Amino acid sequence: MSAIGNPMIRMPSSAKKGEIVEVRSLIMNPMTTGLQKNKAGKIIPAHFIQTVEVTFGAKPLSHLDWSTAVSANPYLAFKMRAEDSGILEMTWKDNQGGVWSAKASLKVA
Amino acid sequence: MSNMMKRREFINKSALGMVVVAGSSYLIPGIANAANVPGWPAAPFDAKVLDKAMEASIKTTSVTTSPKVHLTAPTIAENGAAVPVTVDVDYPMDPDDYIDTIYLYIDHNPTPLASEFHFTPANGRAYFQERVKMAKTDHMRVVAKTNKGVLMASAPREVKVTIGGCGG
Amino acid sequence: MNLTRRDFMSIMGIAGSTGFLSPAAVASSWGSGKDPYEVPEYGNVTLLHITDTHAQLLPVWWREPGTNIGTRPQKEWGITPHLVGNAKLAYYDIQAGTPEGYALSCMDFDTLAHKYGKIGGYAHIATLVKRYREQVGKKAILLDGGDAWQGSATSLWTKAEDMVGAQNLLKEDYFVGHWEFTYGADRVEYLLKHKLQAKFLSQNVFTIPWDEPVFDPYAIHEVSGRKVAIIGQSFPFTPIANPAYFTPKWSFGIHPGHMQKMVDECREKHHADLVVVLSHNGADVDKKMASQVNGIDIILGGHTHEIMGPKPVMVNKTLIINTSTNGKFLARFDLDVGKGKLNGWRFHYLPIISNMIPADPEMVDYIHKVRAPYAEKLAEPLAVTESLLYRRDNFNGTFDQIICDALREEMDCEAAFSPGFRWGYCKLPGETITMEDVMGQTAITYPQVTVTEYTGAELKNVMEQVADNLFNPDPYYIQGGDMIRVGNIQYTMDPSESIDKRITDLRVGGKLVQASKRYKVAGWGAMNPVEGTPVWDIFAKWLRSKKTVSAEPRDLPVLTKNMQGNPGIAFPKEYDL
Repeated sequence: MSAIGNPMIRMPSSAKKGEIVEVRSLIMNPMTTGLQKNKAGKIIPAHFIQTVEVTFGAKPLSHLDWSTAVSANPYLAFKMRAEDSGILEMTWKDNQGGVWSAKASLKVA
Repeated sequence: MSNMMKRREFINKSALGMVVVAGSSYLIPGIANAANVPGWPAAPFDAKVLDKAMEASIKTTSVTTSPKVHLTAPTIAENGAAVPVTVDVDYPMDPDDYIDTIYLYIDHNPTPLASEFHFTPANGRAYFQERVKMAKTDHMRVVAKTNKGVLMASAPREVKVTIGGCGG
Repeated sequence: MNLTRRDFMSIMGIAGSTGFLSPAAVASSWGSGKDPYEVPEYGNVTLLHITDTHAQLLPVWWREPGTNIGTRPQKEWGITPHLVGNAKLAYYDIQAGTPEGYALSCMDFDTLAHKYGKIGGYAHIATLVKRYREQVGKKAILLDGGDAWQGSATSLWTKAEDMVGAQNLLKEDYFVGHWEFTYGADRVEYLLKHKLQAKFLSQNVFTIPWDEPVFDPYAIHEVSGRKVAIIGQSFPFTPIANPAYFTPKWSFGIHPGHMQKMVDECREKHHADLVVVLSHNGADVDKKMASQVNGIDIILGGHTHEIMGPKPVMVNKTLIINTSTNGKFLARFDLDVGKGKLNGWRFHYLPIISNMIPADPEMVDYIHKVRAPYAEKLAEPLAVTESLLYRRDNFNGTFDQIICDALREEMDCEAAFSPGFRWGYCKLPGETITMEDVMGQTAITYPQVTVTEYTGAELKNVMEQVADNLFNPDPYYIQGGDMIRVGNIQYTMDPSESIDKRITDLRVGGKLVQASKRYKVAGWGAMNPVEGTPVWDIFAKWLRSKKTVSAEPRDLPVLTKNMQGNPGIAFPKEYDL
């Protein structure tokens, strides 16, 4: 299996108050469906991220539920309104107990 | 504060609530050894046809389309294993009136519900971009739900998954 | 449309900004002793456009297609560029047998070719470009719409460096791409960064996975105190029409929403007075994109390999042209650009009839120099053709027919497939096919010949998928190229049907195809990396063994009767219509 985890967040480090900024993220995960067989004819077990939690300043911002239809090594972009400086944290959890987090800070002028 | 608690807050914020089902009967065979993340809505994600997936996620199979709900995807997929999808809803994100959830369905995928995105007003905009798998030429569609439970759908979008070649 | 040159002039006098010169108007001056390439100066910006030269440094024969059906419902038949032969001549108001008649129609091609000679050639293009640059000075901008790096032996063997040298000598200003990408991302980046002087622009190429722009989306070109925004649009379906493994970390697409953002940025942030899109979308996609995006003044289009005219097509206040292929035409827009708006324009499609334009000595020297190391190999005679050989057509071109014949015989297969490419020049009856000519039909970076066992169902699926890429009624679902060429496969085709329903009565060797039976099919141009002998070696070997070749009989489909009278079909009898 290729690398797993290694979550990354890219977003502006600063923004004007009230500005809507884009948050972009990436994490390595096979996102296998459990429906496909390997070359030996054995089912490849489903292994996929099921939830993504996003907080800003420790307050809930967004939450996602994913199926196996989301592509391998999921990329996710979304927006947030910059009101106060703080830390954005994202947490990905997969169905095999994997949990990964990443943080990024935003300074609001 | 644990992630579990955050999850609960989300559920409480949703006017309709979310039926949280976890149990082996919903697990597809290959993940018998794995456990679903608590709170992950297995029932709608496990539904094998579009109607059932919609029924289990939004309790209806008929949602009026709205020009406010923009679903952007390529007309022809470069790679059926990673089709970029962008969703953007022209709707206020005010504390008392906002887009709470966007559901993405791919009509004939083995399990049609692909993702649920739960927003808060602090998102400022009901927008997201992700990449999804499509085995064959198919339609995708999204349904946006406001915090008051109002549903609005995008026009279905056909994405062609083809053999390619012969290019010009 | 029956206007004389005098009528045109008077329309221009009255209407000013909406005047134009059509090829017909230029034609009427031919033979009158007047220089047909003389274009009066007008306005403060001149755009010169070439596209899809497909690496043809030297003049070639280029026959317009005899079949270009298009996808419109019957009531909309005959919309440019989906018309051919006499219908095209009538639409353009051009007499058969004139230089324009030769340039714009497939009728009597063999005879007229002998009369007027070859088209294109960088030395002839260079002469005209230099002449217009001298005429208008710094007002000129030269734009290349892509597909300049592929289509010849020398471009393949120099990995496009011969073409970059020619582009630099022409002093091209801007460039976009399609087949360029089949040299692989690293080679493209190297040539653009270290060799090509023109600026490469594309608003529609993004990195995977981070979705960031790979190239500058646009440039602001200041001329005559005005700001001209040039936005680049590379071929949106590159990793679908050509192997994606050449650019595994780049994603393409049309991206009309992002195009709108770029147009707005050019206008609002940079205060552009004129917005020009240099596009490799293809004519039908350009028209749809113009209907969705506001604020584009001009789209200089390519990929279609035919001019779209005679005057620019207007969609949503956007003027759209398309400038043919193989160096057959140079397009010239003379513009009166005011503060923030286009006040008026004149437009010309100028056919590059090489006998009528002296060769530029500097470019001649350059071409001779880059070809010299390969001259002997290129000149090897292989066989004489009895047929007119061409590729461009919706269905089996005659050149493809003999490629399919060669593949079947050399690979010992009952059937053959050959890609529906739209480049590949012509050979006249009686001419000798050389190694250079073989490369002119086959010079790609994924040339391996493969033998595949298809079931009957798979065979039909391949053909249905390709047919939908050609005949889908929505241009955004058409990835370009013509119908897959077939050897010893017979079928009936209804272009107006939907996918999986267009092809009926599918046969191999005259026998109805059975869904589960297996058929051995030779082909080339695979989308995945494969092992195999390059198609040019197999084709050349076959030609040497034949000494004389003919493209008859051809494996053309029968077209359904609802295609009767379609102005996109010049020779209906070929399809039993």
